[in-house]
Amino acid sequence: MSVGALPRFRAENIRSMLRHGLITVAFCCFIAAALAITQHGDWGAQMVYSLSIGLISWLFIDVGRLLISGHREILWPTGPWGYLLVAGGVLVGFLGGNAIGDAWTHQPLLNFSSFEERRLATTIIITLTATICMCFFFYSLGRSKHMRSQIELAQRNATEARLKLLEAQLEPHMLFNTLANLRVLITADPPRAVAMLDRLNNYLRMTLSGSRALAHPLSAEFERLADYLELMSVRMGARLRYTLDLPEDLRDTPVPPLLLQPLVENSIRHGLEPKVEGGRIAVTARQDAGRLVIEVSDTGVGLDANQPAPSGGSGFGLEQVRERLATVYGDQGRMSLATAPAGGTCTTLSFPLPPLA
Amino acid sequence: MNPTALIAEDEPLLAHALKAELGAAWPELQVLATAGDGRSAVREALRLLPQVLFFDIRMPGLDGLGAAAELADRWPTDEAPMPQLVFVTAYDEYAARAFETQAIDYVLKPVQPERLRKTVLRLQQALASQHPHAKPAAADEALERTLAQWRQLLAAAGAGAASGLPSQAARAPLKMIAASEAGGNTVRMVPIDEVLYFEAADKYIRVLTATREYLIRTPLKQLLAQLDPEVFWQVHRAVVVRSAAIGAVHRDEAGKLHLDLKGRPEKIPVSRLYAHLFRAM
Repeated sequence: MSVGALPRFRAENIRSMLRHGLITVAFCCFIAAALAITQHGDWGAQMVYSLSIGLISWLFIDVGRLLISGHREILWPTGPWGYLLVAGGVLVGFLGGNAIGDAWTHQPLLNFSSFEERRLATTIIITLTATICMCFFFYSLGRSKHMRSQIELAQRNATEARLKLLEAQLEPHMLFNTLANLRVLITADPPRAVAMLDRLNNYLRMTLSGSRALAHPLSAEFERLADYLELMSVRMGARLRYTLDLPEDLRDTPVPPLLLQPLVENSIRHGLEPKVEGGRIAVTARQDAGRLVIEVSDTGVGLDANQPAPSGGSGFGLEQVRERLATVYGDQGRMSLATAPAGGTCTTLSFPLPPLA
Repeated sequence: MNPTALIAEDEPLLAHALKAELGAAWPELQVLATAGDGRSAVREALRLLPQVLFFDIRMPGLDGLGAAAELADRWPTDEAPMPQLVFVTAYDEYAARAFETQAIDYVLKPVQPERLRKTVLRLQQALASQHPHAKPAAADEALERTLAQWRQLLAAAGAGAASGLPSQAARAPLKMIAASEAGGNTVRMVPIDEVLYFEAADKYIRVLTATREYLIRTPLKQLLAQLDPEVFWQVHRAVVVRSAAIGAVHRDEAGKLHLDLKGRPEKIPVSRLYAHLFRAM
């Protein structure tokens, strides 16, 4: 297997490794300079020792972490392996670096006994501290980069969800068919065309601004449903009949905007549109023991027939309603799906009524 | 004799408008009927045998593609030549692009008079060249040409309709299929190499290996996008077979083709649209 084929050795990781190497070199030069000044030692020898130890540790640890970290996002081995790697890096760097340094200064190889004890201890401490600091630094660097990418991902997901919602509402087939109908009406029945245009206007305005408002009265929600259903019944003709039933005393109850829209849309798309003879949609609201209960029922093809078409979007619509209920009402909001008595689908939402002002 | 047509469109206003626009662009054309769903479109077309079909792609019951595929099989070619097919759609940019260069046509809603006139011109040319004066060889050739056009049109429209679906990994051919055992609750991983054929049945697709049968719920359109077209051939609107498993092809008295598969006892019907795959070289 070629090294290039391993995803962890992809160019981006090699680049970050080389960057680490450069920082290491700079750091080693700094240590060597500090040592040379404080100990009045030989600049060249200090440089060789320092660079050899640093670069060997760096190579060992950086290559090692790529090799044993597998495909993790933060390219660092977890648990004891991480510590072992650093320890290994320190040891190999210390021994190897000293060997090279000794060869450079023509001292006997790794003859630690020739060192004064204090100098040996200093070297070990410097190597250890420097390596651990650098490792921690690089690890934090990698982790913060990973965190940043996670945050970006989350933001992208949120944006995508909003877009998907908008796309579901402004489904091109719905939009273009509506416009095509409108075009026919403009010449055939201008007053009806104007009425339809107003409905479309309301529908679009609500869809485009709906995600921003937190709540609106239930009566407004029902009016928007009426807009949508009226648009659809121009398109479907006699195949769509509908009733909206909102008791007077519930008109001002605040509800999240466009909460019911996906349910009615599901009823049409997955219930009535596939059914040759069409059918009826009924939306009712009532009060039940301090809770608001809203029912969307249709006489379409029914639940079972819906299920094999999750790609059609019903899954997304329902999921969306469920999520919004959970966000606004917590575990007090409920949604259930059932087979309607007439054979279609009946979706029931219920949540606590806000106390009367 | 005036040319005849049938319109299949589930939205009454749009059906009415298309009829009116056709009346202006092609006054001689006689619209025999307007059907509101795919099933009645097939029924009416077989009863009236029109020369031109205007089919909406999205219709209740049976969509335009399905209705056309069914008509291709059931059309009585000895009574009337295969009709010219035109798809009508509100929004299908991919299909629209694919159709741009085709002989027979699509119409984008709302119907633009100029665009419709172009379509009408193509249809008139196609109908004029179609009249075979009782020469069986020429009739065969005309049928073959029409079938080839239908095949292209259905493929292009199908690709357009399927591209609306989330088609993850459309490029990478499927290796394993998670399928439930027929009549059981167990899901098995079935290696694609063992599958001899797929058959769409109602809401399911039956997955058949030499010894067993499984069920999946993916629409055939979506499944096809994930199969290697060299390995699996669609031979019928509801059947996709492993090409290497085809043992023999038989023609019955009515001229219909059937396949024998190595390792399965069933006879697999071959749709008229795909019969060209089995013409002797």
